[in-house]
Amino acid sequence: MGFAKIWVHGEASDGVVASITLELLAKARELADSVEVVIAGDADSVAAELGDHGASVVHSIGSLDNGLAGPRIASAIADACSQGSGPDVLLCGTTYDGRDVAGRLSAKLDTPVITNVVDLKPDGDRLLGHEPVFGGTKDVFTGTTVEGLDIFVVRPKSFVAESTGGGPASVSTLQVGDLGNTGTAVVKDQFVEESSGPRLDEANIVVSGGRGLGEPEKYEMIEKLASLVKGAPGASRAVVDAGWVPYSYQVGQTGKVVKPTVYLACGISGATQHLVGMKGSANIIAINKDEEAPIFGIADLGIVGDVHKVLPKLIEALEAQ
Amino acid sequence: MDVVVCVKQIPDPADPGELNPDTKTLKRDTKLILDESDSYGVEMALQLVDAAGSGEVRLVSMTPGGETGGLRTALAMGAESAILVSDEALAGSDSLSTAKVLAAAIKRSNPDLILTATESSDGYTGTVPEQVAEILGLPSVTFGKEVSVDGEQATIKRQTESGYDVVDCPLPAVISVTAGVVEPRYPSFKGIMAAKNKPVEELDLAALGIDPTTVGWAGARQEITEIADAAAREAGEVIVDEGEAHERIMAFLDDLKVL
Repeated sequence: MGFAKIWVHGEASDGVVASITLELLAKARELADSVEVVIAGDADSVAAELGDHGASVVHSIGSLDNGLAGPRIASAIADACSQGSGPDVLLCGTTYDGRDVAGRLSAKLDTPVITNVVDLKPDGDRLLGHEPVFGGTKDVFTGTTVEGLDIFVVRPKSFVAESTGGGPASVSTLQVGDLGNTGTAVVKDQFVEESSGPRLDEANIVVSGGRGLGEPEKYEMIEKLASLVKGAPGASRAVVDAGWVPYSYQVGQTGKVVKPTVYLACGISGATQHLVGMKGSANIIAINKDEEAPIFGIADLGIVGDVHKVLPKLIEALEAQ
Repeated sequence: MDVVVCVKQIPDPADPGELNPDTKTLKRDTKLILDESDSYGVEMALQLVDAAGSGEVRLVSMTPGGETGGLRTALAMGAESAILVSDEALAGSDSLSTAKVLAAAIKRSNPDLILTATESSDGYTGTVPEQVAEILGLPSVTFGKEVSVDGEQATIKRQTESGYDVVDCPLPAVISVTAGVVEPRYPSFKGIMAAKNKPVEELDLAALGIDPTTVGWAGARQEITEIADAAAREAGEVIVDEGEAHERIMAFLDDLKVL
């Protein structure tokens, strides 16, 4: 235990550091003396931005050569730990690759991993992860009881990214050892799905649709609205399970946690599964025809009405602006 | 091609349950059902075995109390058999302990492919698939939205932040699939009747060669130190739409200066 040295699993694409990485750096800086990043890809292109957010060193495993990040980064960290040069704490984001790294590493080092964390606080010489449970009605604090690396998987938007004005981080090479069969998956192709707006977990406005829309074609109204307000479209689990939109749209306990300035819930009743993913929004507007819907219990503005009537008019009003 | 699907039996999400104040873990005294998240993996496995023309779908699950209700649902969908690791010592298992037990059970059937959901609906740590893969020394592809198998290789469309990657992965491998990617079949009456007689091999930890002190409470190396009520959010203004509600929304957005 102890948390003098924290490493953050860094994520970046095309030379731009992911928001989650900068958020984790902000918290790590508050907690530890030494904050460093472990990252795959072109570390030199992000060393300045990472340094500006408080990282002193960037441990680079170099190019993934079309391999997946999970087994490579986990293996490199595990080796560093066994050589005594590893961190006391590793922070990963609740992202596609972040979970892979944390899971792999936990099994490699035979150490627990604490997930769904929204805050971290010191408890003697260890860190506790704060996790909301039961649809966000209870908060629990969890820590490990063993020596060695502590791994936390932290939800995006838990912390606010903050520049420190620091100079570039120094880049140091971290070797990836023999992966055996674990590293044999190969990325053959990458597709960017058409999305003109901001990312769901970074958008200032999120417009989400649920089962109340009735049929998949009606989800187009959500996309239209999101585009008009320069926001991101989201969805309830029911709609994702039904195959209307991909998992990447899902807001909730399973799915993404969002904290936009405005969250507009359309035809979403507000199952606890959904509420935990959006109730940190600054302002919540809900449209639902059932006046008893739980979503009204947390909405700043609740509209008891039919989304099929309200949304077309709202779209028209926004288009007229 | 033989496929193992890891499935979890969970309390009905409509009945959220509570924490046991003494042990600080989920009380599990209700009937367990198949986690809906796992129905996609079961369906995908059935389709892949169909496409391969031979092989079978086997389920692997664990629970402290020997329940099989959720497994019967997946068997009724068409899975051939199940291994259920059931042992009181499993109560309180964290994700790594869970992965150790599942991996030991999976090893017994030596499958070509292991499918899982991305995360359970009740614990949602989302780390078990990778932990299982690492323990078995296998490659893995998580967040799959489409999976096809050609001989010794799977091709997966993997969800990414901006779209998806097409990933080739040699088998055997662990692949986790996201919800909504296939439409899980409803068990037919015939399927439900057949499921009653399908083999469910029940094993305890000793049968798997796992030391009970390494899993469950005894093996838990994390602890909840504190449980508190979360701050509640207050309800605001609620109006009934009489044809003008959109204007109220526009005014609300205008006030926030977000347009």
